[in-house]
Amino acid sequence: MAAVAKEWREIPARYNLEGSECGNCGRKFFPKRNMCPHCRRNGFGKMHPYQVSKKGKIFTFSIIHDAPAINMRLKPYAVVMIRTDDGLLIAGQLVDTDVSKIEIGMRVRSVLRILDEGGTTGVIHYGFKFVPDL
Amino acid sequence: MREVAIVGTGITKFGELWDKSFRSIGIEAGIKAIEDAGMSGSEVDGIFIGNMSSRFINQQHIDALIADYSGMATRNVPAVRTEAGGASGGVAFRQGVMAIASGMHDVVLVGGAEKMTDLDDAGTALIMDSTADAEWEGSMGLTLTSLYAMIARRMIFEGKVTREEIASIAVNAHVNGARNSNAQFKNVIALETVLRSGPVADPLNVFDCAPYSDGAAAVVLVPLEQAKKMGVEYVKVSAVTQASDTLALFQREDITTFKATTVAAKEAYKIAGIEAKDINVAEVHDDYTVAGLMALQDLGLFKSGEAGKAVLEGQVGIDSKMALNPSGGLKARGYPVGASGVAQIVEITEQLRNKADNRQVANAKYGLAQSVGGTGSAVTISILEAI
Repeated sequence: MAAVAKEWREIPARYNLEGSECGNCGRKFFPKRNMCPHCRRNGFGKMHPYQVSKKGKIFTFSIIHDAPAINMRLKPYAVVMIRTDDGLLIAGQLVDTDVSKIEIGMRVRSVLRILDEGGTTGVIHYGFKFVPDL
Repeated sequence: MREVAIVGTGITKFGELWDKSFRSIGIEAGIKAIEDAGMSGSEVDGIFIGNMSSRFINQQHIDALIADYSGMATRNVPAVRTEAGGASGGVAFRQGVMAIASGMHDVVLVGGAEKMTDLDDAGTALIMDSTADAEWEGSMGLTLTSLYAMIARRMIFEGKVTREEIASIAVNAHVNGARNSNAQFKNVIALETVLRSGPVADPLNVFDCAPYSDGAAAVVLVPLEQAKKMGVEYVKVSAVTQASDTLALFQREDITTFKATTVAAKEAYKIAGIEAKDINVAEVHDDYTVAGLMALQDLGLFKSGEAGKAVLEGQVGIDSKMALNPSGGLKARGYPVGASGVAQIVEITEQLRNKADNRQVANAKYGLAQSVGGTGSAVTISILEAI
């Protein structure tokens, strides 16, 4: 059951892009942190849940041709770093698009998808991916 | 603190050593280093070993294994294994230097070893990917290569390098590897070979990536004052520093530079009392071609935007003012991960002792080694000085 516990623990962030905001300095983070790395002790206990913007622009990307076994059927597939509209940088896959047409600066939005179907535990992993925001 | 010297080095061939086990290559490097230091082995009072992953050989407790098979367990010598992803060997060296400098130990054997080819490529790649953030990069489908590919893409986009300049790091590596009898790849390659090789994570191709390898390296450390009395050729450890950064690449302000490298290098130059321009030879962590270029800039060896041009124009060869990766680097010598940081120290020591055979850099006074974990999450910088 431990493998399942790891899944539900991460649901707020993986499904809904929930991060953290420091109540001391106002900086925002994704994924969530229990302590602000800038305020350290002064920010401890003051971290609040923060809803990261689900829209943004491609900051950089790569097309993976040599894929891990678990993603073999996806290849070639695109991975991206997104600068969200509220200024965070997050990483994930870009889907529903022609990989030869991807460019830095393209507008994207996050959607909920199957990440992979599970390795040895059999747990189907869901999480956010990005699609072009047309 | 006591000043520290390297009095012996040992290294195995790097490559697919299918006929040799982890323990046999680890011991081979250690024995060579002890022999080179003119010792018997019974002088050693501490062991530090850089080794990245127990998963390659399904063996925890690597420190005990090395102590046992190196004959140190019968003398009950303490052994410590360090892990910092790709920087595991660099960290082992720093721990060894600290042990001598502090006075806690008098003769330290620093080793680095990795046996990667007992697994298939896919299994090895998964382990390497976990040196990035396994939870928020790896499990989202990102690979370590794709992270460096995204760095490369961004650097090209910002006009800091060109694709050809990135590829030229591999060309330089193979020219030098061809002169190194211990290197995994001893073939000279053309720029076109890199650019036309199969894609791994676009824009990086197969020839932009260091190979998976088996291999081990070791050095013997003693206090500098002791080295002077031993009657062996030695080099001085002028500085060894280490810096950290976020585990995940996407948590950084700027992904076109590794701040851990700039911070550790700045501190190292200060401790050694030199500037970047004083470095005659550097072994940098080119696990990916783009990482080699970043290192040249982050170490201050070239101004930002000028490193790529210099490499492409052949200004970092063995006969240059600043020679880059004369061993062949991770790309051509091979990349047995935990061994790499120590292998760099071995190469710089040989260069400064004028024992680097047909890849000798002329009149080298100061040499630098940079060891990197993950995407710059841990970096060690070592500066060695010829005596």
